[in-house]
Amino acid sequence: MKFGIMVNEGPYTHQASDSAYFFTKAALDKGHEIFRVFFYHDGVQNGTDFTTPPQDDRNVVKRWSELAQEHDLDLVLCVAAAQRRGLVDEDEQKRHGKDGHNVAPGFRISGLGQLIEAGIQADRLVVFGD
Amino acid sequence: MSEAGATKKFLYINRKAPYGTIYAWESLEVVLIGAAFEQDVSLLFMDDGVYQLIKGMDTKGIGMKNFSATYSALGDYDVNKIYVDKDALAERGLTLEDLQHLVWEDENEDWAEKDSIRLVSRDEIAGLLEEQDVIFNF
Amino acid sequence: MLHIVNKSPFTTTSLESCLRVSKPGATILLIEDGVYGALDGSRVSDAVRAALADRTVCVLGVDAAARGVEGKVLDGIDVVDYDGFVDLVAANDGVQSWL
Repeated sequence: MKFGIMVNEGPYTHQASDSAYFFTKAALDKGHEIFRVFFYHDGVQNGTDFTTPPQDDRNVVKRWSELAQEHDLDLVLCVAAAQRRGLVDEDEQKRHGKDGHNVAPGFRISGLGQLIEAGIQADRLVVFGD
Repeated sequence: MSEAGATKKFLYINRKAPYGTIYAWESLEVVLIGAAFEQDVSLLFMDDGVYQLIKGMDTKGIGMKNFSATYSALGDYDVNKIYVDKDALAERGLTLEDLQHLVWEDENEDWAEKDSIRLVSRDEIAGLLEEQDVIFNF
Repeated sequence: MLHIVNKSPFTTTSLESCLRVSKPGATILLIEDGVYGALDGSRVSDAVRAALADRTVCVLGVDAAARGVEGKVLDGIDVVDYDGFVDLVAANDGVQSWL
């Protein structure tokens, strides 16, 4: 079965991203397909490469990146939400003249249409948030 | 259901009040973008979500964009099924009169203006949820 | 239909709203802080017990265990793991998250 996942909260403050991660991993392990994971609202913060959590804590961002690499996952950060919250890829850095870019490996920035498409293409959409 | 077999029933559920958090506004952004995909779209306002539709909002004093007008534009995007939980209104001391008058123009009836808001009971909400293909929650 | 509740019933109306509009035959899954709604001896226990008459109620075991309350889960509530969570989503036509 094909799942779409939506994550509406950032890492650490809320459990939403952890829950979404474990759900996604379990679904993949059971042989399901993840059509896309779409990060919205503060959920875009899950895609910042600038996090350095303490050694004894989980690395939420890196964990998503590694899962993406392992399973060729499509992790999409909403562009409008990302611009509001300081998530910048190389294109956005150039366009807006920022000092750096911070989108972690495996994530990409794209439009809300990607969320709607996930709703259309996936058999189930599961929303994680606050 | 319209002609294309790919059309799905999309329901956007709004259960949070506006301005205190960004959910109401960013939810509207999804609805506006989603309108271009020509799915069978409905909106449902429950719990504190009903506060989003109150008329006469003035956000000048809090420095935030007043997005009230966007709700009245939804009809132009063919988003004209706007369900409001009647119990949620009643328990907050509100009536339909407290909400914006949202309308749409029916091209099949010579652009007759029709109400977009439909007050629904718990049983109607239960049925509405069951018939959806995709539910977005904000 | 699968309803997912992730909030404590003592903080928000999520569980209350879910119980109000879920239909007989529906499945309700309590995750994150929603697991507090699965416990015996609370203000909401009777409402949840009543729902068990015509709906299936499940709790995500790892979330209950993390909060130290797995032993207090009401009789009749199924404890599932993430594999079970995935199976519930696959088995139900619709998913509604009561955020």
